[in-house]
Amino acid sequence: MPQKLPPSPLMVRVRAVLFHRRVVFGIPFLWLLLFFLLPFALVLKISFSSAVMAIPPYQPVFTFVDNTVSVVVNLSNYLFLFSDSLYIAAYWGSVKIAFVSTLVCLLIGYPMAYAMARASARMQLVLLLLVMLPSWTSFLIRVYAWMGILGNQGLLNNLLMWLGVISEPLKMLNTNFAVVLGIAYAYLPFMVLPIYTNLVKLDVRLLEAASDLGCRSLTTFWTITLPLSKAGIIAGSMLVFIPAVGEFVIPELLGGPDTLMIGKVLWEEFFNNRDWPVASSLAIVMLALLLIPIVLFHRLQAREMEKDD
Amino acid sequence: MIKSQRFSFSRVMLVLGLLFLYLPMVVLIVYSFNASRLVSVWAGFSTHWYGELFRDQQILSAVWMSLKIAFYSASMAVCLGTLCAFVMTRFKRLRGRTLLSSMISAPLVMPEVITGLSLLLLFVEMAQTIGWPADRGMATIWIAHTTFCSAYVAVVVSARLREVDRSVEEAAMDLGCTPLKTFFVITLPVIAPALVSGWLLAFTLSLDDLVIASFVSGPGATTLPMVVFSSVRMGVSPKINALATLIILAVSLIAFIAWYLMRRSEEKRKRS
Repeated sequence: MPQKLPPSPLMVRVRAVLFHRRVVFGIPFLWLLLFFLLPFALVLKISFSSAVMAIPPYQPVFTFVDNTVSVVVNLSNYLFLFSDSLYIAAYWGSVKIAFVSTLVCLLIGYPMAYAMARASARMQLVLLLLVMLPSWTSFLIRVYAWMGILGNQGLLNNLLMWLGVISEPLKMLNTNFAVVLGIAYAYLPFMVLPIYTNLVKLDVRLLEAASDLGCRSLTTFWTITLPLSKAGIIAGSMLVFIPAVGEFVIPELLGGPDTLMIGKVLWEEFFNNRDWPVASSLAIVMLALLLIPIVLFHRLQAREMEKDD
Repeated sequence: MIKSQRFSFSRVMLVLGLLFLYLPMVVLIVYSFNASRLVSVWAGFSTHWYGELFRDQQILSAVWMSLKIAFYSASMAVCLGTLCAFVMTRFKRLRGRTLLSSMISAPLVMPEVITGLSLLLLFVEMAQTIGWPADRGMATIWIAHTTFCSAYVAVVVSARLREVDRSVEEAAMDLGCTPLKTFFVITLPVIAPALVSGWLLAFTLSLDDLVIASFVSGPGATTLPMVVFSSVRMGVSPKINALATLIILAVSLIAFIAWYLMRRSEEKRKRS
């Protein structure tokens, strides 16, 4: 009789490690597969459906009749999106507003991050808290704060009139200006933090070498600091641009009737018109539009997470 | 060392940038103590609107609902996010790893309307095929919040995990510790501050979310941002200013605790 050998201690350990690995990997993997990836497949599926008055308010795409699956793919939603100038204008408007806001964030955020990285170690901690704190504080409330400031009877108009700069209130609330300001305000910390993380790791010796070799500080900045902080700039810009394209709260509260942004249009299609298939196809086209920025962001993020220090 | 001037362009921008970040919130807090119903006219100091706020049953029940959801979401998100962070930092060669890392980092930038819509469609489809969830409400918001909060936890925890000295873990395993025991005895105490800050971050994110919750909620569950939003749509009101002030103070306190914990663990690490 061949006797069954007890497994060697090494084998036990290897097996234990493999088992734990599978569990550690499996739980979040399944969760995200079910609650992140599968939902996107459903959005794609329902974007090929058409709206009906029922619960749920869309026609089934797959139907089982006599053990055969029939698939009804309906491209009319997409044709509708591209034939109606409203949707194209909304996509274009979103990209434009998001782009301008990202630029504003970068122009304010980069010098802030630069000054933070140059501050003393103790000061850096405090500045980090000061920049981080607003990003934790309620987004909705920070946008709401601007409603009281920008309104016709708002603080800013009252102040400008009191100073005698203007004689009658400027219309600032419910304009695209307010939307850009709101996005720049709400997302500024997300621009500053990645750039700061990048700049603080910059090797100071490079700058010293440049200045020893007679480089003027502005030239040093353009030829050394800026190129080396490229990863931070891209990460920060993506963190602002991508969510800003689909932003709903800010255009809804600060924008006006002429503010066309796709997040708001999607919300209205879904909640007001109850047209789920059109809302789904709007989401799919938005995703397609954002695919390149999202992949770019993901690459940076993965590199950041996998890096060994 | 490069000489830094006292009044350089970047320093001026830093001060202006911080003023830009904080002034609107200061204005909001000051005006919450305004006696007048008109938001733009100052009519003396009063705590009238705070009293009004605490008598509003709708707001109070929404606060309670939001706190419960945020607590459960943050707790689950810490578990999932930590597991993800482990895979990301420790399992370099594993099939499916790339897919997991894309799925965990995508929610960081995904527009909320897309996340909300896609999860709602999932819940509707699930209700049709397996009969659950029959009603949308707390449970569906919990799942949605857990999913997007995990991404933030994973970022915070993986940053800490990368700095952990692995030789101690390896020593424990060599001495016969199981991976599970090694995790609880060696790794967990080291990354605990990151877990607490991750939990706090997830808690505030969940407390703050309007868009995703609006999509996946049902008639039974109204969260605080939903109440605030429907009132804010009508315009500025002093009662909402009072509520906003309380939220800003509470969240600032949470953020400060998280920052302090991270800072202390950093200092301890540097000293040793």
